[in-house]
Amino acid sequence: MRDVDHDGFDLRTMLVGDDPPHDGGYPDPAPRFGFFTDTTVCIGCKACEVACKEWNHVPDDGLVFTGMSYDNTQGLSADTWRHVAFIEQPAPRPVADLGMPSFTKPGGGDGERSEFRWLMSSDVCKHCTHAACLDVCPTGALFRTEFGTVVVQEDICNGCGYCVPACPFGVIDQREGDGRAWKCTLCYDRLGVGQEPACAKACPTDSIQFGELAELRERAAARVERLHEAGVTDARLYGHDPDDGVGGAGAFFLLLDEPEVYGLPPDPVVTTRDLPAMWKHAGVAAAALLAGLAAAFLGGP
Amino acid sequence: MDPREWLRSWPVYRQLTGGDPAGRAAAAKSRRSAALRARTAAADRVVKSVCPYCAVGCGQDVYVRGDEVVQVEGDPDSPVSRGRLCPKGSATLQLTTGSNRRHKVLYRPPYGTGWRELDLDTALRMVVERVLRTRRETWQDEHGGYRVNRTMGIASLGGATLDNEENYLIKKLFTALGVVQVENQARVCHSSTVVGLGTSFGRGGATTFLQDLQHSDCILIEGSNFAECHPVGFQWVTEAKARGAKVIHVDPRFTRTSALADLHVPIRAGTDIAFLGGIINHVLSTGSHFHEFVVHYTNAATIVSEDFRDTEDLDGLFSGFDPDSRHYSFDTWAYEGVDVAPASGQRDGAPDDPDGGEHEHTAGDTGQVRASGRGETHGSGGTAMEGEPRRDETLQHPRCVFQVLKRHYARYTPEEVERVCGVPREAFLEVCRLLVENSGPERTSEFVYAVGWTQHTTGSQMIRAACVLQLLLGNMGRPGGGIQALRGHAGIQGSSDIPTLFNLLPGYIPMPYAHHQHDLASFIRADAARKGFWSAMDTYVVSLLKAWWGGAATPENDFCFDHLPRLTGSHSTYDTVLEQIDGNCKGYFLMGENPAVGSANAKAQRLGMANLEWLVVRDFSLTESATWWQDGPEIDTGELRTEEIGTEVFFFPAAAHTEKAGSFTNTNRMLQWHHQAVDPKGDARSDLWFLYHLGRLIRQRLAGSTEPRDRPVLDLTWDYPTEGPLDEPIAEAVLAEINGWDADGVPLSTSTQLAADGSTACGCWIYCGVYADGVNQAARRKPAEEQDWIAAEWAWAWPANRRILYNRASARPDGTPWSERKKLVWWDAEAGEWTGYDVPDFERTKPPDYRPAPGATGVDALSGIDPFIMQSDGKAWLYVPSGIVDGPMPAHYEPQDSPFPNALYAQQRNPARLVYPHEHNRYAPDGDAPGSEVFPYVVTTYRLTEHFTAGGMSRWTPYLSELQPELFCEVSPALAAAKGLANGGWATIVTPRNAIEARVLVTDRMTPLAVQGRVLEQIGLPYHWGPNGLSTGDAVNELSAIVLDPGAHIQEVKAFSADIRPGRRPRGPELVELVRSYQQLAGITERTGTEV
Amino acid sequence: MAGRHSRRDTGFTSYYGRPVLKKPTWAARDIAGYLFLGGLAGASSVLAAGADLTGRTALAKGCKAGALAAISGSLFALVHDLGRPGRFLNMLRVVKPSSPMSVGSWILVAYGPQAGLAAVTALSGRFTRLGRVATVGAGLVGPAVAAYTAVLVADTAVPAWHEGHRELPFVFVGSAASAAGGLGMVVAPVEQAGPARRAALAGGVFELVATEVMERRMGPAAETLRTGRGGRLMKAASALTAAGGLLGATLGRRSRAAAVLGGLAALAGSACTRFGVFHAGVASAEDPKYVVGPQRERRAREGR
Ligand SMILES: Nc1nc2c(c(=O)[nH]1)N[C@H]1C(S)=C(S)[C@@H](COP(=O)(O)OP(=O)(O)OC[C@H]3O[C@@H](n4cnc5c(=O)[nH]c(N)nc54)[C@H](O)[C@@H]3O)O[C@H]1N2
Ligand SMILES: Nc1nc2c(c(=O)[nH]1)N[C@H]1C(S)=C(S)[C@@H](COP(=O)(O)OP(=O)(O)OC[C@H]3O[C@@H](n4cnc5c(=O)[nH]c(N)nc54)[C@H](O)[C@@H]3O)O[C@H]1N2
Ligand code: SF4
Ligand code: SF4
Ligand code: SF4
Ligand code: SF4
Ligand code: SF4
Ligand SMILES: [Mo]
Repeated sequence: MRDVDHDGFDLRTMLVGDDPPHDGGYPDPAPRFGFFTDTTVCIGCKACEVACKEWNHVPDDGLVFTGMSYDNTQGLSADTWRHVAFIEQPAPRPVADLGMPSFTKPGGGDGERSEFRWLMSSDVCKHCTHAACLDVCPTGALFRTEFGTVVVQEDICNGCGYCVPACPFGVIDQREGDGRAWKCTLCYDRLGVGQEPACAKACPTDSIQFGELAELRERAAARVERLHEAGVTDARLYGHDPDDGVGGAGAFFLLLDEPEVYGLPPDPVVTTRDLPAMWKHAGVAAAALLAGLAAAFLGGP
Repeated sequence: MDPREWLRSWPVYRQLTGGDPAGRAAAAKSRRSAALRARTAAADRVVKSVCPYCAVGCGQDVYVRGDEVVQVEGDPDSPVSRGRLCPKGSATLQLTTGSNRRHKVLYRPPYGTGWRELDLDTALRMVVERVLRTRRETWQDEHGGYRVNRTMGIASLGGATLDNEENYLIKKLFTALGVVQVENQARVCHSSTVVGLGTSFGRGGATTFLQDLQHSDCILIEGSNFAECHPVGFQWVTEAKARGAKVIHVDPRFTRTSALADLHVPIRAGTDIAFLGGIINHVLSTGSHFHEFVVHYTNAATIVSEDFRDTEDLDGLFSGFDPDSRHYSFDTWAYEGVDVAPASGQRDGAPDDPDGGEHEHTAGDTGQVRASGRGETHGSGGTAMEGEPRRDETLQHPRCVFQVLKRHYARYTPEEVERVCGVPREAFLEVCRLLVENSGPERTSEFVYAVGWTQHTTGSQMIRAACVLQLLLGNMGRPGGGIQALRGHAGIQGSSDIPTLFNLLPGYIPMPYAHHQHDLASFIRADAARKGFWSAMDTYVVSLLKAWWGGAATPENDFCFDHLPRLTGSHSTYDTVLEQIDGNCKGYFLMGENPAVGSANAKAQRLGMANLEWLVVRDFSLTESATWWQDGPEIDTGELRTEEIGTEVFFFPAAAHTEKAGSFTNTNRMLQWHHQAVDPKGDARSDLWFLYHLGRLIRQRLAGSTEPRDRPVLDLTWDYPTEGPLDEPIAEAVLAEINGWDADGVPLSTSTQLAADGSTACGCWIYCGVYADGVNQAARRKPAEEQDWIAAEWAWAWPANRRILYNRASARPDGTPWSERKKLVWWDAEAGEWTGYDVPDFERTKPPDYRPAPGATGVDALSGIDPFIMQSDGKAWLYVPSGIVDGPMPAHYEPQDSPFPNALYAQQRNPARLVYPHEHNRYAPDGDAPGSEVFPYVVTTYRLTEHFTAGGMSRWTPYLSELQPELFCEVSPALAAAKGLANGGWATIVTPRNAIEARVLVTDRMTPLAVQGRVLEQIGLPYHWGPNGLSTGDAVNELSAIVLDPGAHIQEVKAFSADIRPGRRPRGPELVELVRSYQQLAGITERTGTEV
Repeated sequence: MAGRHSRRDTGFTSYYGRPVLKKPTWAARDIAGYLFLGGLAGASSVLAAGADLTGRTALAKGCKAGALAAISGSLFALVHDLGRPGRFLNMLRVVKPSSPMSVGSWILVAYGPQAGLAAVTALSGRFTRLGRVATVGAGLVGPAVAAYTAVLVADTAVPAWHEGHRELPFVFVGSAASAAGGLGMVVAPVEQAGPARRAALAGGVFELVATEVMERRMGPAAETLRTGRGGRLMKAASALTAAGGLLGATLGRRSRAAAVLGGLAALAGSACTRFGVFHAGVASAEDPKYVVGPQRERRAREGR
């Protein structure tokens, strides 16, 4: 792990290694499952959003016309566990005045984008290897399943809200009127009976691919390579790297632009990576408080 | 609890004792989590079904627990959908089990201000009374001196959301009752497809199937928003792309389809004939056509009559046009030496104007039959023809079709394409290049279109233009080739095949006309071809009559041919609306259609309904067509007052597809059975139930009647078995009748078994075989993974379970494949039969070298190299000498309301189009006439992935509504800046008919185009909204006009001129004022736009 | 154009300007209040123990009572903020070192009863031996109560909190000391309140210095501690804290009224610090620029 305040000991890895679900104490862990979302074939149909809601009986998220392209659900929330982003990107070079449409050969050129494009991408909980939400949850409502996924248990969550600001991707949220925190369960119940998650099953173009994480990572690498060969030099993976700030995401993506364009953090880090440092500083501070206040009794009355 | 157990249930204890000291995994697992079990796994049973939304026909698994549906998801076994569902299909559980649905019968008495509940039985009996009363009062034994046996007082609309069996009963019962105004969405959706494809190839259905897209090398999507409207079908485009295919999208807007395409070409709406004509010219002038294919498989070599004059000669008109009647006579279009359509001459010949004034709305329409949807009768058979056409296989003869075509399209140059369509030359040439490079023996290109082409006054001809092009490129009948017509609703192909359409009987047999066709023999003579499979029409007709009137149908009484009511002109849904406004049509059934939102000129639709005596609405929820009397827009403007509306309204809740069994025919002619999962709740009933019991009660009431008009009803075979607590008719029994049986009641297995002597009965000859061996072939569900890519054992497709039509053309004339890469069906000389992957669309044992003896008739008259077996000459038609009413070759005309003059010809609009001048149906001035500048923009209307059609199945569904919560308009940044429209704000859009408001979405996806030297801005309007439901907005069809394609009677809603201004529209009477002020400004009168 | 996604012209790109992070769902009154009261309680217990041991009975009694009131209030706020208050006991379902809130809950389990016992015995005058043990115990756990809340907020993805994770504990203990000092000045007669006055002054200075260091080392999110609601509160906090400490060190040594005034100022200053930090955090979570910018820089720095 990079860039930690190296304290000589790493509370995180000491307590749980980098290999969910194998360090979860499950007698018989399954392979780790996850998603590879290939946004280059996403048609922005939102079947994933709907299938998720149908399966999980998630309430609708309010009817608001946003004017944000075709995105009216705006982001992941307690009531939207899959969210499809729509990004309209005009050609970087200004097109000829007069309102004349510009024209360039597809796939041609130097890799520099020459045409208008409309990016669509279905976002979801990343099921982080090092999941801040899960780390900070005081009740154990959030837990790591035998499939290596991160799930909120609705019978446990007391709505303390801690997981919400902890998530570096802004995924999990509290549901109004219900008080509990909700997010994608990676269809824990379906995995339990050997069924694929509802969103991945519905996805018409297989933009959402579900499977064993290790296999998905290979598939994704091959896909990027193919795209690069075909001249799609913008193609890149996001969240696939086990060495990144969250230890690699269980749900990772093939994007065509910088993550922040899609509303994703460019370099997310699990907050608890710094927890040992925080405890250390807090310990020193507490000691200072004790000492300081004791000292206050030294001087006169 | 025992303390030790309690302790063990404390995760801290498990943390200390188990393998999860951090308490983040196993130790933290709760009791509920440990017991969790997916409800799909806990279901009692899984019922196989089909998605009720669109015509892709995705397979669904319906999970049932007890008597509740608990989950609906994709069926992975389906070869079409592979388990996937789009957002609508994924919302099926909410659609069918959500609180949005109604389960009580409602009744609004005349002049009533609210609904009241009524019990189902009473309501049904009341409807029976109304039907019989209106029928009695409006019965016509004769009309204009001809026997018609009908009522014009009752009409029915809807069918595309229903099962084939339900459509069958509608058509059967209503026809027996003498109701001819039976229509469904097929009219407003794809009727022009049937005309365009039917006259070109001999059948009116898509020529291929979705999975075959994967074999395509180039896919041209034009007039379709494939990814948004048929999302699950689009996976096969993705598949082709992954294999290296080029995908082109030609569309006025950059859509979610464009986003996945290699090339998006923005085009001015309504100019596709110019664009396609340009490609045709490119192919012909560069000699890029597939010569051998063209020579042998098309009518390119056929010589056209000397009398023919082209648009080149007559500046935009073909020969034979009569400006007074606004009709073409086909005489001069004929092949040389052949009376191409002696029969159609008679069939379509003008009678001695029997209609006298019936069509006062149709300017100049003297009620000629040819304009009455006859083109659609080519849905499964080409035009009749007599004699041997002359051919010049060198294609050099100046009057051979090839040369005629070449001259006709010579003026469609890249420069003209640019001027007319606003498509830059380079983009146009790139499309030409990709198509030409990806056609020929080794490669194939496929065309995909839908209602971006059909819904124009030139809709049929747009499709024709694509047919011409695909024939020239040799892409028909071959894998990865063909023309994919993406149809609309789940049941719409079926509601065209077993038509709830005024002009057709099942299997595209025409409805008889009053003026001629007095008896069965003349009827058959008029329509049956001498050559090809349509020559067996007598067997189809007689078997149909036997299916309907059973024992009562005998050779002596012409098999009850006279039980059929007669047409006297156009009785399409738009004609009916005007009849309603005029008070001639008094009773209306709306069974699964919402014309108050979905049909052109929504106000006219409602004004028609406001003038009815009674209206029956069958739907899931209270659509705008059910509540207009209470809260429709005219109530707000004061044009109507609830207390003054005398229409009695019955609302019957409909059963959903999960609550009934039946078949849907998908966009590729494939019948798929959906099984019933649960019984409907409350008063909800299937349409099959409604029709069967309606018919039963009517027959009960009429029992013993001696009135001749009641004979057809009483003679009807109407003894369907019922089952269950609700007395639900058994849908399979209806399917068995549709399939047909022989004299012993043994199910038939193919239409060639049908006889004309009354020994066979068959409700729809093209569906004959769907119940072969007494087995429901539509219910076959052999998993895709266990089959080859054709998946022939999944369900059943007409004709004869073929998936790619005209597939004989995938082989050379000598019967060998054009190439190894593109082989599909070929002649196996050893076995002496055609073989291959698909069911050959050819007589199995007719060798390639077979040549008919002189004078041969029927199927024998087709040679071994005639792949288009439904055509009377076995060839596909580049040039259509008869059967299409507005020209043998497509020519570009401007839309009815266009801000531009026609740059190609002096003739501005399609001269044969049908106009309906009416104070509520005004048109815009000509493109170069004064006043046209008042409506300088072009509106196009379309769909979004997230909603469905007029909204009945999506606007009441929270999960879909939240995704697109309001009506919006799409405008370019330039237009927004020019007009002061703010993203997220409001705009008002005005046409000569009405004005609506919409939220503004400013987007670079709308491209301003350079057309005829000026910049044209187009405005996009998705048409799903209306004032009811969760997600609301004005209905876009307030803006559109009733103006129709002459052959298909489809409305032009894809392109019309308009103005746009910032802000919301006025309310109340001021709205009417606003529209009036626009009309005045543009100088619009009742004549405007009605010129030839 | 409104609502369209901003591009690089503003130095960073975001998705229609929408936040990358979810802002805390916590109610400011509850959770900032909780931070303040926890700090007050913890430091007060230390002060109480010192007073007890040095025979400043009035100071001891007041601080014990104050600590009990504060910890009760903080617990109430915590439970009140839960989405499912009925399930607050689930906090004791697991022991999670990775969760400051879990650790905090167990600290409170250790602290609460002792603080309670200390106060009840002091107020009732009974079981004084037991009271003394509890007082010392609470005094020893008190600093943890005061300090862990800094970890609680810092252990989130909220830029203004997380980026201050090294200094925030110092800010919080300083603030806690200042608050406890303030409490002592209010509740004890001036002759017994010397340690309280020194605590208020030294705690305040400690807090202000720590805050300054934190802001400097923090990155762009420091902006939210200087501007907006967070900034206003932080400014008020320094003013009040300084005023409280100085008032105590000067007039407060003689005048009870001045001491009370200074004590209240110190208390208010401490509260302002917690509310300021809270609101700065919320603001930094709401604006994607505090998330995207630093992360991009970090990536660039590390050549990824
Ligand atoms: N999600 C969804 N799916 C549906 C439906 C639905 O309502 N929602 N409806 C179903 C039904 S009933 C049908 S009929 C089909 C229709 O399927 P489509 O025909 O694909 O539907 P539309 O969106 O009406 O029109 C397609 C495209 O035509 C473009 N267009 C408009 N005018 C022109 C023109 O003049 N030339 C060209 N080249 N393009 C033009 C529009 O911009 C639009 O992108 O979809 C079916 N599937
Ligand atoms: N401007 C414009 N107008 C258009 C179009 C366009 O592109 N632009 N497209 C046209 C096209 S292609 C079409 S197909 C039409 C569609 O227009 P409509 O057919 O009027 O629209 P739908 O909303 O599909 O209406 C079908 C109704 O059937 C109900 N229904 C569903 N299943 C059943 C059932 O089993 N039984 C019964 N009784 N009811 C059922 C649904 O709830 C729904 O209300 O709109 C046309 N209008
Ligand atoms: S993305 Fe957020 S909510 Fe999902 S596992 Fe990671 S930290 Fe938790
Ligand atoms: S809100 Fe629920 S899931 Fe989130 S941290 Fe608190 S208890 Fe855990
Ligand atoms: S995996 Fe399941 S819970 Fe997660 S987004 Fe997909 S459908 Fe929803
Ligand atoms: S279902 Fe698939 S294609 Fe549709 S929006 Fe979601 S990820 Fe994209
Ligand atoms: S609406 Fe059409 S594409 Fe979507 S699931 Fe249903 S059948 Fe498939
Ligand atoms: Mo349609």
